[in-house]
Amino acid sequence: MLNSSQNIALHRRLTNGLALGLITMAMLIVTVPLFLILGTVISRGVSGLNWAFFTQIPKPIGEVGGGMVNAIAGSVMLLAVASLIGVPLGVGAGVYLAEYGRNKWGNIVRFTADVLNGVPSIVIGLTAYALVVVVQKHFSLLAGSVALGIMMIPTICRTTEEVLLLVPQSIREAALGLGIPKWRTILSVVVRTASSGIVTSIMLAFARIAGETAPLMFTALGNQYWSKSLNQPTAALPLQIFAYAVMPYDEAHRQAWTGALVLIGLIMLTVIVFRFISSRGAIKGAS
Amino acid sequence: MRTIPERRPSSSEEPEMKQTSETNAGQGLTVVSKSRASARESVFADSAFRSVVVLCGVAVLAIVALIVFELVTQSRLSMSKFGFKFLVKQVWDPVNEDFGALPFIFGTVVSSLIALIIAVPLSVGTALFLTELCPRQIRGILSLLVELLAAIPSVIYGLWGIFVLAPFLRAYVQPFLAKYFGWTGLFGGPKYGYGMLAAGVILAIMILPIIASITREVVTAVPRVQREAALALGATKWEMLRIAVLRNARPGIMGAVILGLGRALGETMAVYMLIGNRAQIVRSLFAPANTLASVIAAEFTEAVGSIYLSSLIEMALVLFVLTLVVNALAGLLVWSITRGMPARALA
Repeated sequence: MLNSSQNIALHRRLTNGLALGLITMAMLIVTVPLFLILGTVISRGVSGLNWAFFTQIPKPIGEVGGGMVNAIAGSVMLLAVASLIGVPLGVGAGVYLAEYGRNKWGNIVRFTADVLNGVPSIVIGLTAYALVVVVQKHFSLLAGSVALGIMMIPTICRTTEEVLLLVPQSIREAALGLGIPKWRTILSVVVRTASSGIVTSIMLAFARIAGETAPLMFTALGNQYWSKSLNQPTAALPLQIFAYAVMPYDEAHRQAWTGALVLIGLIMLTVIVFRFISSRGAIKGAS
Repeated sequence: MRTIPERRPSSSEEPEMKQTSETNAGQGLTVVSKSRASARESVFADSAFRSVVVLCGVAVLAIVALIVFELVTQSRLSMSKFGFKFLVKQVWDPVNEDFGALPFIFGTVVSSLIALIIAVPLSVGTALFLTELCPRQIRGILSLLVELLAAIPSVIYGLWGIFVLAPFLRAYVQPFLAKYFGWTGLFGGPKYGYGMLAAGVILAIMILPIIASITREVVTAVPRVQREAALALGATKWEMLRIAVLRNARPGIMGAVILGLGRALGETMAVYMLIGNRAQIVRSLFAPANTLASVIAAEFTEAVGSIYLSSLIEMALVLFVLTLVVNALAGLLVWSITRGMPARALA
C-alpha cells in the first residue's frame, strides 16, 4: 500500500521535473536564433562599415567599394512620407474608436482595422501598385510610401484606442464638468494624458514597416542612383539588401550584410527607445 | 484637411469661458446670451472634430474596400478565362498563358504547417516559462529577447537563411533526416539546403514571437485562484499548469497558433529567398517549391501579358481570402479568452 503510493508520487515528481525541464529548454532554444542572427549580421557586417558606406552610392556590379547612402536616404524619405499618411489617419481612427466608437459602427471599423492588420504586405503592395503606379504610369517613392503608410494604420489605430481607453473616465468627466467642449477635452486632456502610449504605438508601427521589402518591390522599385523627387523610383535599404543578397558576388554579399547591420541597428534603436518612453510615461503603452 | 478652420474657435473660446464663469458669480442676463453663443460655437467645433475622426475611421473601411475592389477587378480576366479550375490546376506555363494556382496553394499551406509544427511547442513553452517559472529578475530581459526576434525584418531572415541556415541544413540536418526518417518519403531526393524545409524552418523562427506573446497574454488572463486551488489540492507545478492553466487557456492558445498561421501564410521575402521557387507538388520536403506570396514577388514585375498579370493578382486574392478567414477565426478565439467569456463555452 505504502509502496504503491510512493511509486505514484515518484512518477508524478518525475513527470513534473521532465515537463518543467522541457519548458525551460523551449525558452533556451527560442533565444538561440536571435543570438545566431544578430551574431552573424554583426560579424559579417562590421567589416563593411566605413565612411564610404554612408557617403557613396553603389558602385557598378563587380567593382569593389561604394556605399548605400542613396538607399539610406530613400528609406528615410519613404518612412517619413509613410508616417505623414499613416500617423494622422491611424491616430484619428483610434480616437474615433475610443471616444465615439462604442457602438455598431465602431465595431465594424475595429473589425476592419484587424482585417487590414492581417493583410499580407505583398497584397498591400499590389494595391498600391494598382492605385498609384498604374495611375502615374511609373514606379515612384510616393507609391512605396502609400503602401507603407497603409500598413502603419491598423497598428497605430488599435494601440491608440487601447491607451485612450486606459485614461480614467473621471478625468473626462472632470474636464467636461469644467465646461470644456468635448473635442477640446479629447485633444488636450485625454490624448495628452495618453500621449506616451500613442508615441509607443507609432514606434511599433514604424519598427514594423522599416524593414518591409515586399510592398516596395513593385512600388518604389529600387534605384542605383539618387532619387530626386517623390515621383521617381527610389532605392531603399531593404530593397538594396535583397538585391545584393541574390547576386553571386562576394563584394555584393559583404554590402548586403553591412546594409543588414545598419537596418537592424535602426530598428532595434527604435524598439529600445519606445520601450524606454513607454516605461516612463504616466500611462503605459498597451501590449 | 479640416483642422485649421476647426481650431479657430478654440482661441476665442477660452477667454470667453473664463468670462462666463466670472460673470456667473455676479449677475445674470448677458451671461445667458454669451454662454449660448459659446455653446453654439462649441457645438459646431464638436461636430467638426467628430466628423474629422469619423472620416479617419471611414478611411480604414475605404482602404480595405479598395484592396478588395482592386484585387477583384484586376483578376477578372483570369477568373473568366480559368474559372474555378484556376484553384485546382497544376500548370504554370507563362509561355502558353496557362495558369493554375494549386502548386502555390500547396506550397503556402505546407510551409506554414511545417512552421507551426516547429514553432507551437517552442512558443507555448516559452510563454509558460515567462509567465510561470521565470525568476522575476530576468523576466524583463528574456521577454525583450523574444520581442526583438519579431523586430528583425523579413529580408534579413532571408539573408541569414541563404548564407547560414541553408548550408547548415544541407550539411547536418538533411543527411540526418534522410538517414533516420527517409522511409517516410518526406525526406528524399537531392539535398540542396533550399526548399520547403528551409522555408518552414525560417517561418517557424519568424512566427515564434507572435505565438509566444499572445499565449502569454492568454495565460496571464487565467485567474490566479485557479492556480492556487490546484496547488492546494496537492498538484505538482506541472499538474497545476496542465489542469488549471492550459485547459482554461486552450481556446486562446489555439487562437494564438492560428494567428501565427495567418502571419506565416502571407510572409513573402524570407520564403522567396529560401524556398527555391519551383512550382511543383512533390512529397519530399527537401525539394524546392513555391508559395502564393513569393511567386507574386518573383514574377509580378516581369510578367508580360494581361492574363499573366491577372493570374498573379488572382493569387493575391486567394491569399487575401485565406488570411482573412484564418485571422477572423483566430481573433474570435483570442477574444473569447481575454474578454472574459467563459472559456468552457468554446473548449
